[in-house]
Amino acid sequence: MAGPGAVRFRRPSRSRARYSGLGLVRRGVTGSSWPPVWRHHELRDRYDVVVIGGGVHGLATAYYLAAQHGLTDVAVLERGYLGGGASGRNTAIIRSNYLTPEGVRFYDRSVRLYESLAADLNFNVMFSQRGHLTLAHSDSALRTMRWRAEVNKLQGVDSSVIGPSETAELIPLLDVSDEPRFPILGGLWHPPGGIVRHDAVVWGYARAADTAGVHVHQETEVVGIDVAGGKVRGVRTSRGPISTSGVVVCTAGWATTVCDLAGVPLPITTYPLQAAVTEPVRPFLDTVVVSGTLHVYVSQTDRGELVFGAAVDPFPSYSTRGTLEFTEGVAAHVLELMPALAKLRVLRQWAGLCDMTPDFSPIMGVTPVEGFYVDVGWGTYGFKAGPVAGEAMASLVATGKTPELIAPFDLARFTDGRLVGEKGAAAVGH
Amino acid sequence: MLLLPCPHCGPRDAAEFGYVGERVARPDPNAATPQHWRSYLYLRRNPAGWTDELWLHRAGCGRYLAISRNTVTGECRSTPGEAG
Repeated sequence: MAGPGAVRFRRPSRSRARYSGLGLVRRGVTGSSWPPVWRHHELRDRYDVVVIGGGVHGLATAYYLAAQHGLTDVAVLERGYLGGGASGRNTAIIRSNYLTPEGVRFYDRSVRLYESLAADLNFNVMFSQRGHLTLAHSDSALRTMRWRAEVNKLQGVDSSVIGPSETAELIPLLDVSDEPRFPILGGLWHPPGGIVRHDAVVWGYARAADTAGVHVHQETEVVGIDVAGGKVRGVRTSRGPISTSGVVVCTAGWATTVCDLAGVPLPITTYPLQAAVTEPVRPFLDTVVVSGTLHVYVSQTDRGELVFGAAVDPFPSYSTRGTLEFTEGVAAHVLELMPALAKLRVLRQWAGLCDMTPDFSPIMGVTPVEGFYVDVGWGTYGFKAGPVAGEAMASLVATGKTPELIAPFDLARFTDGRLVGEKGAAAVGH
Repeated sequence: MLLLPCPHCGPRDAAEFGYVGERVARPDPNAATPQHWRSYLYLRRNPAGWTDELWLHRAGCGRYLAISRNTVTGECRSTPGEAG
């Protein structure tokens, strides 16, 4: 930001600056400031579609509504700031090596959207497909991995089982001896997996949606949802009422409280999931390494910090405070994998809220209230699905037809007894 | 650290307990419809605030406890009555 002396009045322009190398050089030479990434709007009293939740799911839904379906009279309502919820609290891992064909197809589409996201949004999301390695510590884990690898290959996803020596080649610091309590017997190697800068994904979608005409409203809390005659009529917000015939709930952590406002009960329990980063060190880890048995996953950021994640807390809560139990547990598990990290210090830790469903699968689609759609229950793996969920939800809202890709994940499966069996590959939070 | 009030052992670290779940009334299995039964199995209030729960003091007295807990602030109090 320029200092007070350097402030120059600039007429707000409707056309956004396109980010390019040439533009960077031009602004570097001329010293002209960049336009705001997204604009501030007055809240209108009606919109065609209101999206609740300004995270990656909500912003992606709004962006695809505008970009793919021409619906631009859309508002995104965010209680706090964009990406301040689960979108900015996850460990930013992208992968598609799930267990069920439905899960693999769905996340494979997401990986493909992430691959072209920087070009589509004209925003560098820093997607690094460095490979994703899940470690096996038992024969049964290895057996499940073979199963997952074959399901993945059948769906055209690059995924294979590797032995301890190949594992050690990928990550030399791993202890592949038979010393640990849970020795490393091999792993599931998934080259297209990787990490992405989660803030950039949120900002990129917000900017692209704003450019397309979507109104992004921060610090706008939904306090009521009006339903009459089985149809959604509007939402009441902390900045005034909005009348609308389409509402999409894209919240993580607060899905049950928001859906309660519309009288739609959900099979969701909210658990905090904690993560931590260490002080930065020289790059030594160029893959994402995961251990389901030890409930830990590790990656190294571009800054050199190690990012640690683990399983959800042992009981539900809406608190985002970190606990010492988590730090101790995750440190012990990381050291079991890589004993050489013993002197590394944890810099900070945080928690995000995860809406867990009984079958560890999301809830996407229609509800008993007409015009009231949900994209919730994302548990510990919502971030990696943001683009594909946004695309599918936008298609549902615009056309009224549920895309085949998300049909198995409807809310009615809990009353009809059609639960999705993805627990094996999704129960560990990564 | 969360301290849970065990009526038998006093306030103890939550790590000693197993979280069982929200207290939900079990419908009569002979009278409930499948939809009703699935609501009992899956639907939860999941409030941001006070909630009535069942915990198992597995590393202590081994009893089931009825506890009222605030899911935002972490405050806990023992709920009077039989835990079942």
